[in-house]
Amino acid sequence: MAEKIIQVKNLVKKFGHFIANDHLTFDVYKSEIFGFLGANGAGKTTAMKILCGLSSPTSGEINIAGFDVYTETDLIKKNIGYMSQKFSLYEDLTIEENITFYAGIYGLSMKQIKEKMDVLLSKLDLQDSRKKLIASLPLGWRQKLAFSIAIFHDPKIVFLDEPTSGVDPITRRQFWDLIYEATHHGITCFVTTHYMDEAEYCDRISIMVDGRIEALDTPDKLKEQFQAENMNDVFVKLTRN
Amino acid sequence: MPRQSIVVENLSKSYDNVKAVHAINFNVDEGEIFGLIGPDGAGKTTIFRMLVTLMIPDEGKAIIEGFDSVSEYKKIRKIIGYMPGKFSLYHDLTVEENLKFYATIFGTTIQENYYLIKDIYSQIEPFRKRLAGKLSGGMKQKLALSCALIHKPSVLFLDEPTTGVDAVSRKEFWEMLKHLKEQGITILVSTPYMDEAVLCDRVALIMNGNILSIDTPQNIIDNFQEDMIAIRTENIYRLLNDLREYSQTKTAFPFGRFVHYTDKSGNVNEKEIYTYLQSKNYKHIEMNPVKANIEDCFIKLMKQ
Repeated sequence: MAEKIIQVKNLVKKFGHFIANDHLTFDVYKSEIFGFLGANGAGKTTAMKILCGLSSPTSGEINIAGFDVYTETDLIKKNIGYMSQKFSLYEDLTIEENITFYAGIYGLSMKQIKEKMDVLLSKLDLQDSRKKLIASLPLGWRQKLAFSIAIFHDPKIVFLDEPTSGVDPITRRQFWDLIYEATHHGITCFVTTHYMDEAEYCDRISIMVDGRIEALDTPDKLKEQFQAENMNDVFVKLTRN
Repeated sequence: MPRQSIVVENLSKSYDNVKAVHAINFNVDEGEIFGLIGPDGAGKTTIFRMLVTLMIPDEGKAIIEGFDSVSEYKKIRKIIGYMPGKFSLYHDLTVEENLKFYATIFGTTIQENYYLIKDIYSQIEPFRKRLAGKLSGGMKQKLALSCALIHKPSVLFLDEPTTGVDAVSRKEFWEMLKHLKEQGITILVSTPYMDEAVLCDRVALIMNGNILSIDTPQNIIDNFQEDMIAIRTENIYRLLNDLREYSQTKTAFPFGRFVHYTDKSGNVNEKEIYTYLQSKNYKHIEMNPVKANIEDCFIKLMKQ
């Protein structure tokens, strides 16, 4: 069995009397693409913040990349990457500046940054654009760059919060290529999306309804379990009841 | 010939040096649900702003219910409903106060047109004393739609009403639009979700300020005349890379657990591909002919 990189046992998060996360229990394995799905307001963001060490759970045992969410949040932050559609890069900084800024935060030396930046920019075919402002890049490029920066410090896990919202169909697929490639290199990808076809790109998926995980399995097994033709049907069946 | 609610002729708009909308043309019939389908940055919002008279086009014209968007903008504003992509109601007013505010501006009352919004508004009515800023995303969306409808507009403009909304709420939202259509309201709606195209009567696929195609969703799909197969193996990442190296591959893009493959020759030789993949040591190879969906069509049009 593969190594467990995320271990969550009975995660509970309450806001006053409201239970946002109600005894979540799941594991994510190393190099896995784990899809974290759920309706708006189901409690995904709350859970994700806890997994990233940004918020404390009310109770439960949670271990991220070998670190405890109560006592080792700084170590968690160092060992994960994060990217969302809503905010990814600084528009008024250049590509080069954004990379240097993020890599610097994660403690890479200038020498390391320079070496890795050259490799990255040539891979993305952006060498000639390194002095360009992010604002001048098309959205698709921005998203690809944002992902590459999120894994620039070789984190064990990268959290992707709706990374492909509003992106054209070709770029969306190129983005998933980057995800496949990252997992190929041993990085675990924890991803949320509203595109149900993307849910099928994941190795395993959990679906949250009203603060609980109501289903967790591979896309194929979920379709079988719910006698559904695609993930959209699975999702509708689960969340409408 | 049905009456045309929206007529767009050679409409263009640039920001500094960026051409956001490039001489586009389309018409929307009365009572039609017409979709502008395209990714962020395609120009959808710019088109909306020109049509709802908030922005003056550089070139071309837009006619809404017979009125010119520049010279008769005041008349247009009275008869349209507009729901911008960004939630733009008053956060510090309650649900009910927002609705009342919009009704009053248009010289009507909530009671007068209540029948029109009943299906939608009744879902958020239990929270009518709550501040709009404190609503969940789905509830904000329902309030915004109610406010856009309260003066009984003849044309409804919805700019990305379902972006960031989960699959179930999206489905419910489209059901609401169908009901509005039955009331005779013309609807122009934009979305980055390609699968929503099939819910429209007609769509314009948009990319970089240009319309790639205008038609019924069915015709767009029927116009995809190349052979296509869906291939699946135990490892999709390896499969994608192997197919990209295959000499006959025109396109290979993942669709769910499968890769959709088209061939340079236009015809797919399944046997040859099977042999090729066998030589790459896959344990499980599954292949089926597959019909294109809207996304396949969009990808094809993007590449032309």
